[in-house]
Amino acid sequence: MENWIEFVLERYNYWIVITLMMTGLYIVYARGNLVKKVVGLNLFQTSVFIFYITMGKIAGGTAPIYIGGELDHAGESHGNGQAGEKSLEREGHGEENLHDAPEGAPASSGDLHGGTDAPQGGDALHAKVENLPANDLKDALKGVDPGQGAEAGEGLHALPHAEAAKISNEALKSAGKTFPEKGFEVEGALHQAGDAANAMDGAHSALGEVIYSNPLPHVLILTAIVVGVATTAVGLALAVRIREAYGTIEEDELESMDNVAEFGDAAEARAI
Amino acid sequence: MSLIAQLPVLPIIIPLVAAPLTLLLPKPRLPWVWASVVAWVTFAACAWLLATVASTGMISYHLGDWAPPLGIEYRVDLANALVLFLVSGVAALVFAFSYHSVRAEVDAAQTPLFYGAMLICLTGLLGVTITGDAFNVFVFLEISSLSTYALVAMGARRDRRALTAAFNYLVMGTIGATFFVIGIGLLYQATGTLNMADLHERLIGQDNRMVQAGFAFIVVGIGLKLAMFPLHLWLPNAYTYAPSAVSAFLAATATKVAVYVLIRFFFSVFNFDFAFIGAAFTYVLLPLGIAGMFIASLAAVFQDDVKRLLAYSSVGQIGYMLLGLSFATVEGLTASLVHVFNHALMKGALFMAVACVVLRAGSHSINAFAGLGKRMPVTTWAIILSGLSLIGVPLTVGFVSKWYLLDAAFSSGHGYSGFLIVASSLIALLYVGRLAEVMLLREPPSEGKYAFPAKEAPLAMLIPMWVLVIANIYFGIRTDLTGGIAQRAAEALMLTAGGAP
Amino acid sequence: MDHLILKVTTKLLFAPIILFALYVQFHGDYGPGGGFQAGVIFAVAFILHAFCFGLAETKKVLPQKALVIAMVAGLLFYALTGVATMLLGANLLGYDAIDPQSTHHAGQHYGILLVEWGVGMCVASTMLTIFYHFTGREPDIDQEDW
Repeated sequence: MENWIEFVLERYNYWIVITLMMTGLYIVYARGNLVKKVVGLNLFQTSVFIFYITMGKIAGGTAPIYIGGELDHAGESHGNGQAGEKSLEREGHGEENLHDAPEGAPASSGDLHGGTDAPQGGDALHAKVENLPANDLKDALKGVDPGQGAEAGEGLHALPHAEAAKISNEALKSAGKTFPEKGFEVEGALHQAGDAANAMDGAHSALGEVIYSNPLPHVLILTAIVVGVATTAVGLALAVRIREAYGTIEEDELESMDNVAEFGDAAEARAI
Repeated sequence: MSLIAQLPVLPIIIPLVAAPLTLLLPKPRLPWVWASVVAWVTFAACAWLLATVASTGMISYHLGDWAPPLGIEYRVDLANALVLFLVSGVAALVFAFSYHSVRAEVDAAQTPLFYGAMLICLTGLLGVTITGDAFNVFVFLEISSLSTYALVAMGARRDRRALTAAFNYLVMGTIGATFFVIGIGLLYQATGTLNMADLHERLIGQDNRMVQAGFAFIVVGIGLKLAMFPLHLWLPNAYTYAPSAVSAFLAATATKVAVYVLIRFFFSVFNFDFAFIGAAFTYVLLPLGIAGMFIASLAAVFQDDVKRLLAYSSVGQIGYMLLGLSFATVEGLTASLVHVFNHALMKGALFMAVACVVLRAGSHSINAFAGLGKRMPVTTWAIILSGLSLIGVPLTVGFVSKWYLLDAAFSSGHGYSGFLIVASSLIALLYVGRLAEVMLLREPPSEGKYAFPAKEAPLAMLIPMWVLVIANIYFGIRTDLTGGIAQRAAEALMLTAGGAP
Repeated sequence: MDHLILKVTTKLLFAPIILFALYVQFHGDYGPGGGFQAGVIFAVAFILHAFCFGLAETKKVLPQKALVIAMVAGLLFYALTGVATMLLGANLLGYDAIDPQSTHHAGQHYGILLVEWGVGMCVASTMLTIFYHFTGREPDIDQEDW
């Protein structure tokens, strides 16, 4: 019983999403007023925004705004902030794996967090990562093409940052592919590898300690919000035009007016 | 800049840059000239792209030089090059066609906005087709949909019902798009990537509930956009009350692009190792396709409005495409792709012909078509030829589609559906026959609401329309052109999906 | 329309809001912010102005025609930045081509700055156009009827 309550409470964010989503859909279907329909549609879309944000959240992670810049590049030029941003993006990718592992592959990684399919897996995961023996990271990096790893390690400073970003991204990916079935440990190591790459990337620093939430869902949702705003604007504009053309925005009244128009036409057609 | 290297992005960037400029051009003629020129240039780029892809294979273009899977990738293979060619080709013809029709049906003050919205819609449709990024599909889908809502609503000058039609379309389209985003979100949660090729790789072996739910959301979302049979309720009104040029453009492109997205997700993102893909084919696409073929076609027979008749027929024809898909064989997929192409040719021609009638008669009620053969013979014969194509008479593209479909049905062990295809074609015979009977055998009313002088539509409308009608016959004879490309595209898709070749 | 306090407050707030919009606009490539938010904030200043002084007054400051031009210019700014990078030999929106010599990707900065500027212009003018059209319609319906 307690497990069951925990199961429900741990997923409170998903319950919020589902409640909002169903409320929104219900309003769209049940309300006859066009403006209310638009509001319902908005609510429905908002639930999806929250769903995406909940997906990108990592327990203990800060907002995906680069913090290292103030610490590390205080005296440096403009450009290194840029590098930091890029590494942030890369880390985002690493973390997204980190976060996804327990949910995406519950079968393979479930045992690692005591049989519970916790939605905030990132949390448990992070603890794991910290406890990992240091050579796990080396193993993971060994799994990567050694030449590439070396190149990534040595040449990083000399290379333009975009190149470096590409290389370590590839390293990250192939590390993931080398041990797909090990799931958890590899993802953890991947995270560390990501951190290591960050550290190499001219930010030799405490950056590895900062945990960011995954920025990508935020970006996606920003796009979706823009789409939502546009949809609302078009919907309301149509409602205004309908009010001007029909004198009402109640759906049943509109329907009866349209039916009269239609059946008028139909009766005429039968006469031919 | 080497033009070849930038080729994949040209179909997006040309109409996108051109669209806002239409707002600054003086009315009434210049926005149309500009939009048509742009549409033709876009078509040329797409044709070039198709030729390049057919000879050199898949092209991948990295937006902003960010390598996939992090960056957005445009990925052109034969399947979407074919759809790009089709969409831009129809757009080029419809834009050239639309001048008189738009002047008669859309407020003069709105014409620059109209052409701007058409170009944005074209951008969106091409973008959906070309992109290899799942979230990007949503963005472009909404770009095209939002401009479509506005375009449909512009029909309000003739009939205020365009407004309610546009509103209903907006509500259903937005729900569809949002479902699609939820699906993408679930897949992202399962894999941590949005790139379709990368999704495909990372989804292998992940047959869990999250992926299943994501799949279901995506299918329902796209199903709403493509007017899959029980989700088609927005389509008849939207096509009926939209300005005729818009109906012609949308009927020939919008649903086709959605069908393409469905194919892309079934075959390039998911694969046949998932048990639910097979189940979706057998228990969703097959029955819904067949239901659409019959119920929507039967509904078409009883319509008194020709545009609505054609709209219902479109829903029925989408049933054929879904049926072809549901066989899950190379033949079936080929049939689907061929029908996507061919149906666009016939519906484009038919809706253009209706636009000609609306221009002269001011109505698209079937009464306006009485005795049309005597008043507008050139238009009448365009309707009859493309109508024959819709039924599937030999020497037309419709026959080619049906032939591929029957072949696929029998070779995949769904022989019974072969008979259903023939049976539903007979329903098409009923509604096309009814239209032909009214046009050829009735006397034109000499007085009343539907009387109008016997005068053919202007040449600027007849030429693009007849180009499509002739394409209906040309591609019906040269079956190797579309069939060959579709077959190669289907084989490639099937190979990624891991199905039996 | 004759609330002195509101008018004075609006006059006081108008410039800071626009300043804030510009801050958000140019801050966007480093921290939270960017063209979309900045555009909305920018539009809000004028919407506030319209609330207090009436739409007619606001239209004198920022006529509808100017908005259309700003909308077009904003979108073109965005798209042509992309085209410019294409002409410079990179892919669409490959900002590095703007300043290829830079060792720390200054091109990325210039590029995103230009694009965000376009977005800001486009969003601000679109928001205001929507506002103008919604509020500017003839009030042919009594309030009671709604």
